[in-house]
Amino acid sequence: MWAFINKLRSPKWFYAISARLQPWFWAAATLLIVVGTVWGLAFAPADYQQGNSFRIIYVHVPAAFLAQSIFVSMAVAAVVFMVWKIKIADMAAAVMAPLGAAMTFIALFSGAVWGVPTWGTWWMWDARLTSMLILLFLYFGVIALRGAFASRDSGSRAASVLAMVGVINIPIIKYSVEWWHTLHQPATFTVTGRVAMPMDMWAPLLLMVLGFYSFFIALTLMRTRNEILRRESRKRWVRDLAGGEH
Amino acid sequence: MAFASLQDFFAMGGHAPYVWSAWAVTALLLLGSVVHARAERRQLIRDLQRRERRERRVGSEPARNLADDT
Repeated sequence: MWAFINKLRSPKWFYAISARLQPWFWAAATLLIVVGTVWGLAFAPADYQQGNSFRIIYVHVPAAFLAQSIFVSMAVAAVVFMVWKIKIADMAAAVMAPLGAAMTFIALFSGAVWGVPTWGTWWMWDARLTSMLILLFLYFGVIALRGAFASRDSGSRAASVLAMVGVINIPIIKYSVEWWHTLHQPATFTVTGRVAMPMDMWAPLLLMVLGFYSFFIALTLMRTRNEILRRESRKRWVRDLAGGEH
Repeated sequence: MAFASLQDFFAMGGHAPYVWSAWAVTALLLLGSVVHARAERRQLIRDLQRRERRERRVGSEPARNLADDT
């Protein structure tokens, strides 16, 4: 067990294992997103109330899931880094933040353009929308804090603290539709309940959600490897590697 | 197929601007992140190789003042 944990914290080992995992996640992401997009845009039936504007769901829901999952992953990585001083966790947290911000932006943007034909407005200061906007600002805060210090270590610690504190916003987003009166509809997928949608509508959504998760994993592996090259550039094994790679 | 023709598909039942802009922003950000990550990797490897070459030129003497720029 300890041997395994010690391996996990070694950037060299991570660099090797992630090289083997990466192609699978890229392949899964591409396949799932392409099939989900074609199915969702062209083959899923139009909603009987919303018509074709409901097709926005296929980017909106996966992005909103990811926006929150990435923040939680980042907070977990921050705890691992702060408690056990595992550098690789901090590198992963660093590369997750911009993607999380991008996902939050997609969720907000697609929600806004969906709101126009559905609610008659692109923005409302309601609980769900406001807490998602706060999430976007938390991502910006984490990114800015990391770069705001002369020493990398201070930046890492500050960003970790904000990620750990900011994670309380996640349950607020999740329960916002239940705690407050809101325009936003309740969850599309629930663990226990049945899905109130025909299979032709929810299957592409499931593919898109899985595709977005695969994309997140693939991109995080890839950029964590980049981060290793950047931070460990003085290490012998990285310098040897540079001779062989192109 | 939920649409009768290709025109119908692009029109999205009058919701074209909403549906297509949501999809465009998503595609742009996803593809952009991949392009960025690949460029980042290429750049990092180029930097490493450049420094290796430079230090090899200087010989066994580690080129501290030249290389400590990162």
